[in-house]
Amino acid sequence: MNPSEEFVLLSRLHIRLESLIVLIVLSATMAMLSPVFLSVNNLFNIILATATFGVLAIGATFVISSAGLDLSLGSVLGLSSVVGAALVVTLEWPWYFAIIGSLFAGTMAGAVNGFIITRGLVPAFIVTLGMLGIARGLALIISGGRGIYGLPNEILFLGQARPLGVPTPVFILAIVAIISHYILAHTRFGHHTLALGDNEAAAKATGIDISRQRMLLYMLSGLMAGIAGLIFTARVNTGDPTAGLNYELLAITAAIIGGTNLFGGRGSILGTMIGALIMGVLQNGLNLLAVQAYYQQMAIGIVLIAAVWLDQVRDRRRS
Amino acid sequence: MALLTMSGLKKSFGSIEVLRGIDLEINPSEVVGLVGDNGAGKSTLMKSITGVYSLDEGNIRFEDQNITSLAPGDRRARGIEMIYQDLALAPQQDIANNIFLGREPTKKLWGFLPGFVDKNKIDAEALSMIDRLGAQIPSIHVPVGRLSGGQQQTVAIARALTFDPKLVIMDEPTAALAVREVEGVLKLIDQMQNSGIAVILISHRLNDIFAACQRIVVLRRGSVIADLQQEATDMNEVVSYIVGAHG
Ligand SMILES: Nc1ncnc2c1ncn2[C@@H]1O[C@H](COP(=O)(O)OP(=O)(O)OP(=O)(O)O)[C@@H](O)[C@H]1O
Ligand SMILES: [Mg+2]
Repeated sequence: MNPSEEFVLLSRLHIRLESLIVLIVLSATMAMLSPVFLSVNNLFNIILATATFGVLAIGATFVISSAGLDLSLGSVLGLSSVVGAALVVTLEWPWYFAIIGSLFAGTMAGAVNGFIITRGLVPAFIVTLGMLGIARGLALIISGGRGIYGLPNEILFLGQARPLGVPTPVFILAIVAIISHYILAHTRFGHHTLALGDNEAAAKATGIDISRQRMLLYMLSGLMAGIAGLIFTARVNTGDPTAGLNYELLAITAAIIGGTNLFGGRGSILGTMIGALIMGVLQNGLNLLAVQAYYQQMAIGIVLIAAVWLDQVRDRRRS
Repeated sequence: MALLTMSGLKKSFGSIEVLRGIDLEINPSEVVGLVGDNGAGKSTLMKSITGVYSLDEGNIRFEDQNITSLAPGDRRARGIEMIYQDLALAPQQDIANNIFLGREPTKKLWGFLPGFVDKNKIDAEALSMIDRLGAQIPSIHVPVGRLSGGQQQTVAIARALTFDPKLVIMDEPTAALAVREVEGVLKLIDQMQNSGIAVILISHRLNDIFAACQRIVVLRRGSVIADLQQEATDMNEVVSYIVGAHG
């Protein structure tokens, strides 16, 4: 095997071939086990569900490939969902404040994460774990623990409409993914993100402002949670304080099986999209097979650990 | 006029005083050897020059401007480059990206999308730099972590030389190299001097120091204890300064 050629191929495609194979094999298996799986309606269900945590997984990809971690993604999604809905439903502000409010709430939560992490005293793992509690608590406080129901049509369009026959959330995911791919793979910000994850000292020595880079990465991650929160609100017509519960598990798993290196230095948005589809197919398939939700959580957890395990085995063999 | 002037540099890590008031001048296109025992503070002093470490006291002037509080990127922009002892490479990124790390040229994609890193330009220029250094490398797209120690060294050198530096600091550049490759580095230092670049060379191999440098500075426990002209000294004297047996 010529390592350089193999690498060129993979890096040009920005994906990992194994994950594509896993997606195909998994889909084929589900199709055989359940006749409903391949129905148009069900395929829509899959991509619709994937759209919400797919956006989160993009945030996870940026942060993890910089050797960071954002455990607060799911909670910030819930907070964003509630903030957007509260502004428009409870305070009766114009409809677009659902968008502004969700994105702003997410970005601010990310900024708080980034601010504390860049002080350098508390590791990202702890800061974002703390934010997981804080954001969820805040969402419950703001909403009084109840869903905020009844959003205007303009917002519902973002979750429930099907322009050109395709659900709007899928369009949103596609646009976010394309822009994110451009940023991660082709801009200086992306190069610096991977370099920071690869070797922080090298990034600093070559003149990259690593504090600023980290700050922006956590804000970006928060923004993604905000977008996902908005999609969630629009889909279920509710600002839901429990929205996104355990979604960080899905998002991080999707990023890792898509080829993002848990220890930083490597990550691709296209890979993450395949990872998100794998998680979507897995969840949907288990639903169709009437596997209880409890077991589904277990399955996702197992996939996460197995993916990191295989990744490490691969890296060992290589070096 | 001196290219680089350090005055009263002090730096502590916790309770350890690593630099205890360093005064030193480096002239344009001068090759200065910096020697000293393990832990003498050589790397710390050099990282203070590049801005990776911030000083507790003292100031650094470069081309008659105070650069003491500038960020590492700004100092690189003014022409200070360093080849770090640990090389400071990003192992999963390819050779070309490592050479251009922190200085990626951009263009507009399709004439309008901003901030697109010009990978073709990076690859072409990185390749020509590697060729100029006469290095054998399988492909410019190999992740640096898969290269041999000597090849990684070449990448680090290429990164330091790509942007027309005025001062290049080399921290143990020959430690990982085979004899033939060491010759190459010494020749390179010669060429750099001829094209007007000042070099600070750190090495424990006094043979290399004597072969390459006109001036030899000895650091001991965070102080400059000797500043010698090469032709006026010999290895025994330098060694005795290093181990503290002199004066
Ligand atoms: N980041 C750091 N944090 C704490 N202590 C440090 C740090 N960097 C260096 N030191 C300490 O400062 C002292 C000087 O280290 P330095 O690396 O400058 O020595 P050196 O002269 O380069 O040695 P060598 O020849 O082994 O490379 C050592 O005691 C070292 O342990
Ligand atoms: Mg050293």
